[in-house]
Amino acid sequence: MSLLNTMPEFTVTTKIDEMLNWTRKSSLWYMLFGLACCAIEMMQTGGPRSDLDRFGAVPRATPRQSDLMIIAGTLTLKMALRTKVLYDQMPDPKYVISMGSCSNCGGLFQLAYSVCDGVDKVIPVDVYVPGCPPRPESLTEGLLKLQEKMMQEKWLVRRGEDESVAAQA
Amino acid sequence: MDAAAIFERLQARFGDAVVTFDSGGEPAVRVNPSAIFQVCEYLKTDPALGFDCLSNQSGVDYPKRNDIEVVYHLYSYRVRHACVLKVSVARDNPTMPSVWRVWKTAIWQEREIFDLLGVVFEGHPDLRRILLPEDWVGHPLRKDFVEPTEYHGISTKRESML
Repeated sequence: MSLLNTMPEFTVTTKIDEMLNWTRKSSLWYMLFGLACCAIEMMQTGGPRSDLDRFGAVPRATPRQSDLMIIAGTLTLKMALRTKVLYDQMPDPKYVISMGSCSNCGGLFQLAYSVCDGVDKVIPVDVYVPGCPPRPESLTEGLLKLQEKMMQEKWLVRRGEDESVAAQA
Repeated sequence: MDAAAIFERLQARFGDAVVTFDSGGEPAVRVNPSAIFQVCEYLKTDPALGFDCLSNQSGVDYPKRNDIEVVYHLYSYRVRHACVLKVSVARDNPTMPSVWRVWKTAIWQEREIFDLLGVVFEGHPDLRRILLPEDWVGHPLRKDFVEPTEYHGISTKRESML
């Protein structure tokens, strides 16, 4: 008789890593960070029709309660410094979705003197969502891709054994 | 009242040394920079003119002529007519009086012109940059503005992927 058969019927077995990842990916609170027209699509994505809430993602108004930052819109150089400050205020582990052409690479405005050509020059980005602006389906797909990425993470590694994986996470 | 009639009233009041008529493109009245406050005050307070709204104030850089032009678009909601004033200031020393005591909206619009073109408005209560960061160097709407290679360690050029 194996160990599993001795357990009560309502018991679920899993790995601790997977359970941690599953709980974290299922309550991905995102910070409201609308910078330009992409913010309108982000509101639509959070609204009732495409409803990010069903994936556990709810908007937060402060970086200190957020796990995810959705950069929605054109990032100016003036805002880039503030974006860095807000990112630093978020508690670890934290993730960034770059939404739309402007925050991916500067987009239409990349030759302008005041525009930062891509948010990845300031903070690390996990998922890039293309589009100008991306439709709510695209942003939802970006969030699901981020959740897939989160499920790959390993937190319980012995020191020295697999630190490269831990460092990436 | 059309632009020519408005100009005639201004000419009668201030003389040819202060105002001239510019019929090219949209008709406009060119005003001597030192007299712009008096002209604006007259345009607002005279009952027949009654320009109660400064709907836009902007600046244009002309490097070949070596001057910066500040353009005033005026409108009167009471009399329902419009007028354009143009003021030229030297490019190397762009200084002219502020009109914020006539129309309060000039406070922000003059800050924008100062920010992007570097025109200094004398008598302005709060002449700071309005759009760009406080520590920005240069005035980007000037034609000879050179984009800096980096801002606080953020490079401003993106390498082509191709």
